[in-house]
Amino acid sequence: MHPEDILVPTPSGVCCKPGGFFIDPTRPVDKAVITHGHSDHARAGHGAVLATRETLDMMRLRYGENFAGTTQAVAYGETLNLGGTTVTFHPAGHVLGSAQVAVSCKDMTIVASGDYKDADDPTCAPFELVPCDVFITEATFGLPVFRHGDAADEVAKLLHSVEVFPERAHLVGAYSLGKAQRVIKLIRQAGYDKPVYMHGAMEKITRYYESRGIDLGQLELVRGAKKADMAGTITLCPPSALQDLWARRFPDPVTAFASGWMRVRARARQGGVVLPLVISDHADWNGLTATIAATGASEIWVTHGQEDALVHWAKARGLKARPLAIVGYGDEDESDGTSDGVDIPGGTGEPS
Amino acid sequence: MNGFAELLDRLAYEPSRNNKLRLMTDHFHSTPDPERGFALAALTGALSFQHAKPGMIRTLIAERTDPVLFELSYDYVGDLSETVALMWPADPHHRPNATPSLSDVIETLSTLGKAQLPAQLARWLDALDETGRWALLKLLTGGLRIGVSARLAKTAAAALGDKDPNEIEILWPGLAPPYTELFAWLESRADKPVSRDPVPFRPAMLAHAIEDTDFAALDPAAFMAEWKWDGTRVQAVAGVDEDGQPAARLYSRTGEDISKSFPDLLEALRLPGAIDGELLIVRERRVQTFNVLQQRLNRKAVTGKLLQEFPAHIRAYDLLMDGAEDLRDRPFAERRERLEAFIARLGDPRIDISPLVPFESWEELAAARADPASAGAGADAEAVEGIMLKRRDATYVPGRPKGSWWKWKRDPLIVDAVLMYAQRGHGKRSSYYSDYTFGVWTKGESGDELVPVGKAYFGFTDEELHKIDRFVRNHTIERFGPVREVTHDPDEGLVFEVAFEGLQRSTRHKSGLAMRFPRISRLRWDKPPREADRLETLERMLESGASRNGGSPSLAREDGTAAVVE
Repeated sequence: MHPEDILVPTPSGVCCKPGGFFIDPTRPVDKAVITHGHSDHARAGHGAVLATRETLDMMRLRYGENFAGTTQAVAYGETLNLGGTTVTFHPAGHVLGSAQVAVSCKDMTIVASGDYKDADDPTCAPFELVPCDVFITEATFGLPVFRHGDAADEVAKLLHSVEVFPERAHLVGAYSLGKAQRVIKLIRQAGYDKPVYMHGAMEKITRYYESRGIDLGQLELVRGAKKADMAGTITLCPPSALQDLWARRFPDPVTAFASGWMRVRARARQGGVVLPLVISDHADWNGLTATIAATGASEIWVTHGQEDALVHWAKARGLKARPLAIVGYGDEDESDGTSDGVDIPGGTGEPS
Repeated sequence: MNGFAELLDRLAYEPSRNNKLRLMTDHFHSTPDPERGFALAALTGALSFQHAKPGMIRTLIAERTDPVLFELSYDYVGDLSETVALMWPADPHHRPNATPSLSDVIETLSTLGKAQLPAQLARWLDALDETGRWALLKLLTGGLRIGVSARLAKTAAAALGDKDPNEIEILWPGLAPPYTELFAWLESRADKPVSRDPVPFRPAMLAHAIEDTDFAALDPAAFMAEWKWDGTRVQAVAGVDEDGQPAARLYSRTGEDISKSFPDLLEALRLPGAIDGELLIVRERRVQTFNVLQQRLNRKAVTGKLLQEFPAHIRAYDLLMDGAEDLRDRPFAERRERLEAFIARLGDPRIDISPLVPFESWEELAAARADPASAGAGADAEAVEGIMLKRRDATYVPGRPKGSWWKWKRDPLIVDAVLMYAQRGHGKRSSYYSDYTFGVWTKGESGDELVPVGKAYFGFTDEELHKIDRFVRNHTIERFGPVREVTHDPDEGLVFEVAFEGLQRSTRHKSGLAMRFPRISRLRWDKPPREADRLETLERMLESGASRNGGSPSLAREDGTAAVVE
C-alpha cells in the first residue's frame, strides 16, 4: 500500500480519498478535519467539520454559529471510522484544542501534525508522540538558527525591563489565539500579580481560555484607561497594533513582541521591536528534528515554512522526504490578529 | 563578555538616542575597570587587533555544521556573525566559569599569533551563549553596527561625571584603552588626564549639509564662505618635543597618523601650530582632480618619483594652534586672520590659504557655486566640490555642532536609468531586494539595448523599498543565486532617477563608465523605460567635465561618505 492511497496532497490541503475528507483545507469542501483554530487552518464554509471541541468553539467565536453545515466534536484519543480509514486525534501542544490527526488504513499510519510544538505550555495539553509510517510536519522554524530557549527566561527579560523603566508602558505584541494567553500565564507563573491589560481584539478568545479552566489572574481592557495610569503596566495586543495609532495612548511604550521570529535580529528590527521575546508556539529546529526522528516514520512530508532545509536534513538521514507546496498556510492574518502567522508587521517573508 | 554582550544586544534594538545613552551610562556605572574601559574602546572603535576574516569564520562553522543548512540559514539571516552565533553547536560541557571577559578577549587578541586565532575563537564560541557569540563575532570582525557613534559613546561616558563631551573629545587623542585615568577623573577620584604628546591630533570640526529651506533663517552677513576643495581633509601639526627637537605630524580627518606617506609635507611644517586644511595635489600651481590625488593615496611605497610626480599640498582652512596658543575658543573670523598671518610667516609654496569667496547675498553666493571658475577659483574650478559656509563667530568645536558650519555641495548629476538586476540586501534589509543595477540605452547589434552603468542601494525610503521589492519579485525573468534579473523592455520595467557626483572611465562596466556615489533620487513609475537616458548623454557629461570628481578615496572624506559604489 502506498501512502498516497490514504492521503493525497493537493494545493488546497491534504485529501483522504477513502475517508472522503480533507485535512485543514484552504478552500470550502464537503468534509473537513481541522487540526486547530488558527485562521489559516480553520476556515469557514465547509459542509461538515470534525475537530476538537475547543477548535469548534473557536471557529464559532470567529465566524459565528453557521460557520459550517454540521460539526462533530472529537476528543483526544477517540477513534473514528471514516470510509475504510481509522482517524484519531492527539494533542499537538500548539494552542488550546490543537490536534494531530492520525489516519490509518490496513497496516499503514499517517500522522498530519498540523502546527505543533514539543515545548512546555501551561495553556494546552502537551504534545503526544504518535508512532507512524509517514509524518506530515510543518517547518515554520525549519532552520538550525531557530533554537528557542526557555520561554520563562524571555518573560523574565520582560519583567526586568518593567522594573528598569517603571515610567514607561510595556506593549507586548502576541497573536491573539494562544500566544497571548500563554504569555499572560507565564507572567503569572513568574510571580507578577498586578493586573495585565489587553487589547479589545483579544478579549473574546482570552475569556474563552478562562472558561476552559485556565486561570490568567486579573485582566483589564485598555479601553478607557488613562494614559498616565498605564506607566509601569504590561499590555498584550495583536502584533498589528504595535505600529498603530492605538499604541500612542501609552506613555513612551517599550515595544516587545513574543514570537519565534524574534530569534533573528533583522526580523525584530524590521518590525520596530525594541524588546524581542523569543517565545514560539511552533517547534524549533531541535524540536522538529527530534520529533521526526522519534515518530519512527520513514517518510516525511513537509507542509509549510522552511521546507528546503528540513527536507535536506531528513534525506541526509536516509528518510524519504518531500515538500507538499500547499498554498495558504502560515499566511499572516493581521486583520483580526488571531493567526500565529509567518511574519511581523513591516516584514516580508521569502515566499516559499 | 556577558555584560558587554547584553549591552550591545540592547543597543542594537534601541532606536532612541536618549535611551542608548542611558543604557551605556548605566553600563559604565555598574561595570568595573578595566571591563568598562574596553567596552568604551569597542564602542568608539578605538581597538586595533588582527580582525577575524569572514573566510576563517566560515571555515570554523563548516567544520561543525552541514554546509547546505548553513547556506540556507545564512541566506535567511543575512548576517554572517549572527548566523554563526545562532547555529554554533552548544558545548555540552559548558561551564559558566569558563566564560571569557571582554578584557580577557582583548588582551589575548593583542598577543595571539594569526595561526592560533581559529582555535582560540572556537574555544570562546563554545563557552558563550548566543548573544555572547554574536557580540564576540561582531567585535572580531570589526563592525559592531549597532547605531552607536564614537561620539555617542563618549557622551555617555561624559554623563557619568556630568562633564561636557567635548572635554573628552579634546583629551581623547592622548588616551588609550582601558581609560582608567579617564574614568577616575569622571568619578572625581583623580585630576583630569594630561597629554604629553607635543604634536597631538585635535578632533576635527565638521559641517552639516545645507538644504534650500535653511537659507531663509540665515543672515548672509553672519557668515564667511570659502571653496570646499575636493581633496582629503587633514590636520598638520608642528611642535617641539621634550628634548627641544622639532616634531611634526600629519593626521587624517579621523586622527589617523599619515605622516609616513607625506615626508614632503612634513618638511614644510616648520612653524609650531596646528593647521586644518585640505590635502591636494598641485602641479605647476594648478590643483589636480581628486582622481590624481587618489593615485598618490593608493601607493604604499613613497618613492622619489612619486613625490615628484604627485606633489602634495595643503590648502589651509583654519588654525587651531598658533605656537602654544590654543585658538579653538576664538571666533572663526579671528582665527582666519591669525591663519593668514601664520601662512604668510611660514612662506612655503606647499602650504597656502584657501581663499574666501566674497558675497553679499545668498543669490550672489549661489551664482559663485554654480560657476566657481568666474567667481575666483579660475582654472582650479574643477577641483571645487562646493562651498563651505562658516559663521564668523563660530568657535572650533569637535564633531558636527548645529548651525556653525554648513557645506553646500554643487548639484549632483542626474540621469534616468532602467532597473536591470536586483540583489538581496544584508543586515536590516536581509530578505529584501535592495541592491539595484541599472542601465541606459545604447545601440546594440539588434537595435537599442540596455547597458549597465552603475549600482545603488540607497536613496529610497522603506516604503519605496517595499514597492521595489514587490516589483522585483513580480517581474523576475531569471535568477542567478541571490541576484534576479527583472523585466527591462522598452515598454515594461522600472525607471530610476539616479543622482551621482561624477563619472570616470572604467573597465569594470561594459559601458566603460563608472559613477561616483550613485543613489536613487526618485522612482519614476510613470516613465516607460524607452524614455530613459542613453549612454551618449553620459559620454557628453564626462566630456563636459563631470570627471572632476572621479576616483574612490581610501581615506575618510570630509563628508564621511564612501565614494564609488560599485
